[in-house]
Amino acid sequence: MSFINLKDKVVQVKIVYYGPGRCGKTTNLEYVNRKFRDQIQSEMVSLKTHGDRTLFFDFLPFDMGKIKGYDIKIQLYTVPGQVKYNATRKLVLKGVDGVVFVADAMEKQREKNIRSLNQLHENLQAYKESIFKLPLVIQYNKVDLKDHGVPILPTAVLRKDLNSRLKVPDFEASAVTGYNVAATLKKIISSTVVSIQNKLL
Amino acid sequence: MNYGIVSQEQLEQIDTILSDKLIKLGVDCVIIIDMAGNIITAKDSGGSKYDVYSFAALAAGNFATVDAMAKLVGEAEFSLLFHKGQDSNIHFSKIDDELLLISMFGKEISLGFLRLNVVEAIEQIRKVWEGTQN
Repeated sequence: MSFINLKDKVVQVKIVYYGPGRCGKTTNLEYVNRKFRDQIQSEMVSLKTHGDRTLFFDFLPFDMGKIKGYDIKIQLYTVPGQVKYNATRKLVLKGVDGVVFVADAMEKQREKNIRSLNQLHENLQAYKESIFKLPLVIQYNKVDLKDHGVPILPTAVLRKDLNSRLKVPDFEASAVTGYNVAATLKKIISSTVVSIQNKLL
Repeated sequence: MNYGIVSQEQLEQIDTILSDKLIKLGVDCVIIIDMAGNIITAKDSGGSKYDVYSFAALAAGNFATVDAMAKLVGEAEFSLLFHKGQDSNIHFSKIDDELLLISMFGKEISLGFLRLNVVEAIEQIRKVWEGTQN
């Protein structure tokens, strides 16, 4: 539920980065935080364990400018990826407007991606949302590992595994180097804003 | 998907309640958020410089955590929450299932006095808010 303030003319949009543990959700946000520092007024908030794993969520708010006189405030969240934290993942998804599903392109993570996507589907259902209707972008992260000799899945395989039924926009990316991080973000912001506009008009 | 839309008039009514009941009392900052972490409205006494957006996200998470703890010990909910610091304190109180009222105040206000005023403010806000749902 994006919240629209008619008095101050502000729309708050919630976008959640979802995916299996260690797939690079926090790294995506950290890159955005560094790269778009000028547009971001506040600090990124990270609730993590001593081992640098996300415990609750990361939060990064920034202003996107105005659409028809309304200030658009984008709020990026990540969920904790570890399997045991599903209750927390569900909490973070409350009121979500758009989701980026970050998949791990490493060969050995194939099954974890699929499980995580299935769980996203279930978790959204709990809020009476549908993965087929909610704005969604899929990112195949860690493609840079190919150059380091780590076996990664070809994009065609990832696409068949994760995006054959959803048919949403998808990107190969590397959150560490920043490759396609901004492209993913731009795509999800535009899909989400369009979807909010359509619901309102 | 549900969209929360509050009219300008209703927001102004809520702002007036917050000013009359809490800001005048000496509370530094009052924020109403929803459980998803969105800010419905924020009022301050002029002097505070809080990052209200990050605050709202964390407060919603905090409250959701406490709610889950309540369920674990067999309570339906813990409807209020209080954090005490050296110079400033934070008081959280549930308005309804979707809304949370957060007051940040210094040591010059007693907790009891604040709570009395929070209860009154919440009753009035509920009436205004119910109007938005119909």
